[in-house]
Amino acid sequence: MSETPQPTAIAEAPRVSGTGGTTVLDVAGLRVSVEGKSILEGVDLQVPVGQVHVLMGPNGSGKSTLAYSLMGHPKYKVTAGSAHFDGQDLLALTPDRRAQLGIFLSFQNPIAIPGVTTVNFLRAALRAQGRELPAREFIARLGDEMSELRMDPSFRSRYINDGFSGGEKKRAEILQMAMLEPRLAILDEPDSGLDVDALRIVADGVTRVMEKSEGRMGVLLITHYYRILENLAPDRVHIMHQGRIVDSGGPELAHVIEREGYDPYTTATSPAGPEG
Amino acid sequence: MTVQARDLTKDYKFGFHDVDVSVFRTEKGISPEVVAAISDHKQEPAWMLRFRLKALEHFFKRPMPTWGADLSGIDFDNIYYYIKPVEEMGRSWDDVPDSIRQTFDRLGIPEAERKFLAGVSAQYDSEVVYHSIRADLEKLGVLFSDCDTGLRDHEELFKRYFGTVIPPNDNKFAALNSAVWSGGSFVYVPKGVRVEIPLQAYFRINSDNMGQFERTLIIADEGSYVHYIEGCTAPTYSNDSLHAAVVEIIAEKGAHVRYTTIQNWSDNVYNLVTKRAIAKEDATIEWIDGNLGSKVTMKYPSIYLMGERAHGEVLSAAFAGSGQHQDAGSKCIHVAPNTTSNVVSRSISKGRGRTSYRGHIKVLPKASNVKANVRCDALLLDEESRSDTYPYMDIENPDVTFGHEATVSKVGEDQIFYLQSRGIDEQQATALIVNGFFEPFVKELPMEYAVELNRLLALSMEGSIG
Repeated sequence: MSETPQPTAIAEAPRVSGTGGTTVLDVAGLRVSVEGKSILEGVDLQVPVGQVHVLMGPNGSGKSTLAYSLMGHPKYKVTAGSAHFDGQDLLALTPDRRAQLGIFLSFQNPIAIPGVTTVNFLRAALRAQGRELPAREFIARLGDEMSELRMDPSFRSRYINDGFSGGEKKRAEILQMAMLEPRLAILDEPDSGLDVDALRIVADGVTRVMEKSEGRMGVLLITHYYRILENLAPDRVHIMHQGRIVDSGGPELAHVIEREGYDPYTTATSPAGPEG
Repeated sequence: MTVQARDLTKDYKFGFHDVDVSVFRTEKGISPEVVAAISDHKQEPAWMLRFRLKALEHFFKRPMPTWGADLSGIDFDNIYYYIKPVEEMGRSWDDVPDSIRQTFDRLGIPEAERKFLAGVSAQYDSEVVYHSIRADLEKLGVLFSDCDTGLRDHEELFKRYFGTVIPPNDNKFAALNSAVWSGGSFVYVPKGVRVEIPLQAYFRINSDNMGQFERTLIIADEGSYVHYIEGCTAPTYSNDSLHAAVVEIIAEKGAHVRYTTIQNWSDNVYNLVTKRAIAKEDATIEWIDGNLGSKVTMKYPSIYLMGERAHGEVLSAAFAGSGQHQDAGSKCIHVAPNTTSNVVSRSISKGRGRTSYRGHIKVLPKASNVKANVRCDALLLDEESRSDTYPYMDIENPDVTFGHEATVSKVGEDQIFYLQSRGIDEQQATALIVNGFFEPFVKELPMEYAVELNRLLALSMEGSIG
């Protein structure tokens, strides 16, 4: 595990039967600009339910822009293309409507809401999604999920993300995902800034939520690091560069990136992967 | 129900009014004759009439203050200074005339009394129409009545303290109150008695063109404790009403007084209140001051820390919507050594609403080893809103630990987006952020008031999204 100097093994994908193969997210030709600057230059991507897809790529390639655009941040203007969730057009919907359909975004830099406790925040979110639990059941479930994520019970009454350390914020995002049980989780660098133990807890958390969903959830995981993939089993790996998906492959593609970096993509003028 | 932007006035659920049932009122406008008529009607001792008339002179002499909010809309000649709604004050709700009792029913006062209050006073226009205190407290010697009864039944005690904290010439509106005061509360807590559940006074303006000038005097004797809560509402009229109260608190050695206000006047009320407390040795004063309503509020609860180790806290929250100006703040005057004060102010402005924080910290030369801390945070909900901070500091002793922090922020697009990404719509998201911002204030309120305040805030936020 962590003492192995050279990570070699990518965890095996959980073979969950169910509605496998149904596309939960379907992005086609998506172009997005931010403050007049074009960032996404035509993204095509499908994520089926029950699968973990990984999005890698150098800084500034547009990964987070894709995440924010799919969630509907007002600063990200879609200029062309389409995005469908379960066959439904996403782009016309406000972010809260998208969340209510079952999309979840784990933020790279989660936002603090001073004065709003984690427990009240989660209750408000569940209520907004029409899935409010009876108080007792809610508290019990929250307690379970928090202990799985090794979060101190005092977290419940702390103001969400307010004064949280980097690692606490990441765990709190996974906690929210676990409680909200989305059908598509977009995880924007849930691993950045984590030590090995914290990373393992986060990765295990994602795996657990996936298993619990019994194949009804898809994951789009944005990461720079190979390490999280040791604990999380990706089905597909996509490489993004200059606002496009320039390569896609199986889990082994992440391995190649780990070894060789993005040079094969960044030095080439046209999209061409190292192994086709 | 339509999802259009609504203004606060329409959402103000206390905007109803009753037909005029008054039994006595002075003519409109202010004069020595009006003052004499009030005093005569109340059959007061001669010294009180002299006090009133002297105060009236001060009122006429003092110019309108122009350093704060715009008060040019006040027409002193077009106001009723005294309206008596009933002949007799009720000791049970059954004694209160139906229409007036119904008003307080709608405001939830009798219910609140049954549930969690040690005593209730309900003032309607100029007079307290209902008054009660739990028998066990009465037995312990706790006095809780309207101020007129205090003067009548406990003249010596009353006279010893009345007007000593806020003299009639303190400011124009304190002078006006001193001239025409009526109603309010008189509280005396004997040595060592702790009143563990709150006393509440409720102030309701019913009449059009009404001026309400209640006078409150709270005396906490050595080592005692009391929590006094004040709530206020008024109907929405097109003419402006004036509320100019004076509140004086004396906390004797080791006493602890908490004074909580939830001011929710309708937005045609000028709310110009002078509140001041004296804290003697080892005494504690806490002002918990919430301002949601009114057209203009100018209110700076003050604490004079007169005895060693006295402690003062001012925790205030203000919300200013369209057409409202909340000019609020605090004053802490450190007279004695080893005194401490802490001021926390939170304000929110929305839809061209305006909030100002005006604070004064003064440390006198003899007051060494003083600790004073001020923190004020303002939140703007849109581009049209405004917030200003006016901190004044006079520190005349070098041995002081002093902190001051002020922030102004806008509800961030990123905060809204974060909440929306969890399924919460934009309006709810704003309400959550607003509630969170007021959390340090709300958590100091008794639970029933905290719930009510959150509900009122939610109501104020409705229609805030286009």
